[in-house]
Amino acid sequence: MKHNYDVVVIGAGPAGLASAIEAKKSGADKVLVIERDREPGGILLQCIHNGFGLHTFKEDLPGPAYAQRFIDEAHALGIDFLLDTMVMEITPERQLWLSSARKGYFSLDAKAIVLAMGCRERTRPQIRIPGMRPAGVFTAGTAQRWVNVQGFMPGKRFVILGSGDIGMIMARRLTLEGAKVESVLEVQNYLSGLMRNYVQCLEDWDVPLRLRHTVKRVIGKNRVEAVEAVAVDEKWQFIPGTEQMIPCDTLLLSVGLIPENELSKKAGVSLSPVTGGPIVDQNFQTNLPGIFAAGNVVHVYDLVDYVSEAGNQAGHGAALFANGTLSKPQKSIKVNAGRNVRYVVPQFLDPRALKDEAVVLQCRVTQPIEEDVWFEVRSESQSIVRRSDRYARPGEMVSVKLTPSMFDDVLKAGELFLDIYAKSEA
Amino acid sequence: MEEKSFICTACPMGCRLIVRLESNEVVQVLGNRCKRGENYGTQEATVPKRMLATTVRAHGGIHPLLPVYTSAEVPKAKMQEILVILREVDITCPVKMGDVLLKDIAGTGVDILASRDL
Repeated sequence: MKHNYDVVVIGAGPAGLASAIEAKKSGADKVLVIERDREPGGILLQCIHNGFGLHTFKEDLPGPAYAQRFIDEAHALGIDFLLDTMVMEITPERQLWLSSARKGYFSLDAKAIVLAMGCRERTRPQIRIPGMRPAGVFTAGTAQRWVNVQGFMPGKRFVILGSGDIGMIMARRLTLEGAKVESVLEVQNYLSGLMRNYVQCLEDWDVPLRLRHTVKRVIGKNRVEAVEAVAVDEKWQFIPGTEQMIPCDTLLLSVGLIPENELSKKAGVSLSPVTGGPIVDQNFQTNLPGIFAAGNVVHVYDLVDYVSEAGNQAGHGAALFANGTLSKPQKSIKVNAGRNVRYVVPQFLDPRALKDEAVVLQCRVTQPIEEDVWFEVRSESQSIVRRSDRYARPGEMVSVKLTPSMFDDVLKAGELFLDIYAKSEA
Repeated sequence: MEEKSFICTACPMGCRLIVRLESNEVVQVLGNRCKRGENYGTQEATVPKRMLATTVRAHGGIHPLLPVYTSAEVPKAKMQEILVILREVDITCPVKMGDVLLKDIAGTGVDILASRDL
């Protein structure tokens, strides 16, 4: 079969751009990025706040500037782009079916594919907020696009449900644009986003955060008129008598992100029920040979710098696969989420990969620990490596590095486990 | 003796700082676990500063807004004044990332830069 491209990347956000650039640098001759928006950059284009690139560029950049650097590099390397184009279907044989207003319905063949479709926001039906169904209930990311890119304000008085980073960042953004943010409600008893965002987005602008609170009811006939907030117990049950009416015209939801995997599912890519993203190995290759995945499509990151790193690895793997030089795994061992760990990526690894280079395990803690902790990788019978930190929080991804010096231990292991626990419980 | 409390954002740890001042001079920073925390606490208690990122009007590009940011941190006390100035700005495209749109905004010595090409 004649292949149109060596590597085709689906999605021109940070993961896709890094994948394409690294694939090209790793020897893939023809590389294409397909994007449904009319310009590359992805969600970074609406994230106009600072704080991007501190790891990658040692600079404090706004989202669009972080994206622009990758876009400029991709153009300089001669990577092709198909914009305003939707991928309708991919096959396990790596054929892609596409649709665009300009070219109609058409197909392409790729030697390797990188899935970089990112993630979607949870919406009102997914968290089942009772009450009426007026206009004025939006996801925080939708509001972010309107305010920062398209130039209109969705309301004047806001309540934000969820203390995720996008919600807190929108609280500041809306305040800067002259709106009043009445409150941020968080059902858990800890912040879901980063502490930096709590200080700079809520504290700085006097936006009150209420932990262990949620929305009991949305009120309003045509437009939101108020939300009824309520305190909850540790099982998230409403506590009667704590209801409070907050007048507002808009409710924003910042209640989590879900990897976007409709294309992956249809192609037969195995997904993890915990992350909602593809199950991958140390090259970010899925169960389908030649189909790789990177970034928020695999699991939801908190820092874009790590998304770019994942893109680099997937792009490198895809280039090697396209050139026929990616070694086939001889033994694949399972990496399990152990004590107090929600998930680990990659879920499988070939110990032989450790012969030449380090493999980084990325994970999220289940329950926050606010004291000195161990992150430990072990086999069924022995500890392989552990490193310490001063805390572990669900909002911050944690990584543990396996290095070539651990090759023998990992090779002997039937499976690996990653545990996170307080040093005082060791 | 005056005391102010802050959450440090020098790193993700988020130490709770107590800064002691005497006649507006910092005499002690408590609760920090590193030198960066001491610097943060001192700055925060005297002249708190932040990066500012926002948008200005633009015409001739594919979007009606251009995202912009400050070339360095600006005093929090100057934020509103800067926002008022930026509300009057209207940029003609094309613009390149990093272009200086306004120099020395509100007398801060800080420039306003374009966040992207448009």
